[in-house]
Amino acid sequence: MAAGSPRIRAAGLTIPLIAFIGVTFIAPLGTLLTRSVYDAEVAEILPETRAVLADWDGRGTPSEATYATIGMELLRARDERTLGRAATRINRIQSGLRSVVVKTPRRLGRDLDTDPPSSWREALVAIDDAWAETATWRAIREAGQPFTARHFLNAADLETRPDGSIGAMPETRRIYVPLYLRTLWVSLGVTALCLVIGYPIAHAIAHAGSRWSTTLLVLVLVPFWTSLLVRTTAWIVLLQNQGVVNDILVALGIVADNERIAMIYNMTGTFVAMTHVLLPFMVLPLYSVMRSIPARHMDAAASLGATPMQAFRRVYWPQTLPGVGAGSLLVFILAIGYYITPALVGGQSGQLISNMIAYHMQTSLNWGLAAALAAILLLAVIGLYVLYDRVVGIDRMRLG
Amino acid sequence: MTTATTFAGRRLGRYAYVGFCACAFVFLVAPILVIVPLSFNAEPYFTFTEGMLRLDADAWSLRWYRSIVEDEQWGRALVNSMIIGVAATVLATTLGTVAALGLANAAMPARRLAMGILISPMITPVIIVAVGVFFFYSKLGLAQTHLGLILAHAALGAPFVVITVTATLAGFDQTLMRAAASLGAGPLTRFRRVQLPLIAPGVFSGGLFAFAASFDEVVVVLLMGGLEQRTIPRQMWSGIREQISPTILAVATLLIIFAVLVLFTVEWLRRRSSEVSP
Repeated sequence: MAAGSPRIRAAGLTIPLIAFIGVTFIAPLGTLLTRSVYDAEVAEILPETRAVLADWDGRGTPSEATYATIGMELLRARDERTLGRAATRINRIQSGLRSVVVKTPRRLGRDLDTDPPSSWREALVAIDDAWAETATWRAIREAGQPFTARHFLNAADLETRPDGSIGAMPETRRIYVPLYLRTLWVSLGVTALCLVIGYPIAHAIAHAGSRWSTTLLVLVLVPFWTSLLVRTTAWIVLLQNQGVVNDILVALGIVADNERIAMIYNMTGTFVAMTHVLLPFMVLPLYSVMRSIPARHMDAAASLGATPMQAFRRVYWPQTLPGVGAGSLLVFILAIGYYITPALVGGQSGQLISNMIAYHMQTSLNWGLAAALAAILLLAVIGLYVLYDRVVGIDRMRLG
Repeated sequence: MTTATTFAGRRLGRYAYVGFCACAFVFLVAPILVIVPLSFNAEPYFTFTEGMLRLDADAWSLRWYRSIVEDEQWGRALVNSMIIGVAATVLATTLGTVAALGLANAAMPARRLAMGILISPMITPVIIVAVGVFFFYSKLGLAQTHLGLILAHAALGAPFVVITVTATLAGFDQTLMRAAASLGAGPLTRFRRVQLPLIAPGVFSGGLFAFAASFDEVVVVLLMGGLEQRTIPRQMWSGIREQISPTILAVATLLIIFAVLVLFTVEWLRRRSSEVSP
């Protein structure tokens, strides 16, 4: 047998799955990254306009020939039913241009056959004053660039100023950086909550004695296995205005019937439901570490005169740090990409970056921006994943 | 500090600890404890009626369960979930088990990197996966098809199989394979007759994880699935967002029962596989 053969055989076994993951998972992520910087739609719909505008110096308005080119191309785009897609993209660079782009060929087409315009420039400007403005042409030139950093700039709340420099958007238009920060804070908060609640839970399971510990472990595993949507539904039922918790508070006289507490469809809802969903991911790694800490360590500390607090702080806690690290990192990684729970119980104020990505995918249809936002999030997750591998080791990940 | 106060302090600490743990466990299971009884509510409310609290037989009913059976949308959703879930599980389990055999081999080169790649679908935010898969599969004409969802779900489920089977293989006694070889068994026979039966519990529980992952997945379905690919979670999603009715609670209860069954099966398998390998 050749010396390299066992290595090749071992690697050979993993190749089918690596290839499968490559095609069904990595390649889609590649498409996403491409999409965030590349969009040739306008370049394909208005190729000649793009070519002539490439020679334009960006001052004043372009030549009569350019006006003629875009006039002809807009007419053709309307016939080929691609006009809308180009208009949307141009509009994203400068809002208001959609209607200009759409109405221009419609008006032009009306009397083109009988009376071709003697001056395309005058004809276009007669349709809309925007055609006499430098900004309009800059926007069209910009939209024609297949490669663009625009989506990333947009995702980082930056803009290209008219003089070509890059700077921060005015405060009122900054959306995404605050949202990334909110996602970060919520994830840190949820991780901290999971640790505070999960640590005693894991401790109780690990040291409760075998009969209790099985029961308690089941109490963690049942929610772990229960559908995410089921658990989220449950929190809606519990926390909504006419829900179980408010009913109990009213029945106990703690809250007046007309002052029921808004605990859902806001940040509170996101926090409570996310903590609940992610709690098992904290408890299980902690439990597996705590299980291996012998009880006699604490006895020894006590016999040497340590108070329970000292024994915990100096003997027990340090030994659980690997579990704390593993659980916290896992919960944090899962939290920053969370989508379903905030979407269902977060209302307006509890939305996270993932929800914004979904919004641009499904509602605003600005896929380039969605891709750029996702790419930034992906980068963060990859960074955390590498950190997890360094700290915990991917091959030590266990389920349940 | 006197001994008496220390003792009292310790007892107080003990009570605080037990109290906190009790609250934490209530927090964990409360949602499930509330959903199950409310699914038998005779009224279309999401809270306990007075009749329910008095245990009036009239206040409890199976009407929401009847409405699941009568609504053919749920039936179709179940069929879709099963088709996609089973096919994705078969794919993920086959490829995942084979890959785990390679990863568990000491001779495996670049083991950490390979493991990192194979587990990445589990850690990547689903919304990112969904967006990427939507772009890529649309180009291939796989958007809004069952096949597209099967492939995506298989990729999402494979890491679970890899992790579970690799863990099971860590306890597998390789001398058994050498013994089989010395008795003249070829590599395939050795795997089929010796190794596979011994690691079967791990393979099966990995498959269950993969199935559960697909059975609970909604984001990819949301972005890439069409009307023909509505699954149970997708149906629940619209139920929660658009026309919330107590039928959702009845479906949720059935899913909880399903989860409990899966949990006990996995635990039973785990015990079996630890009996086989010391």
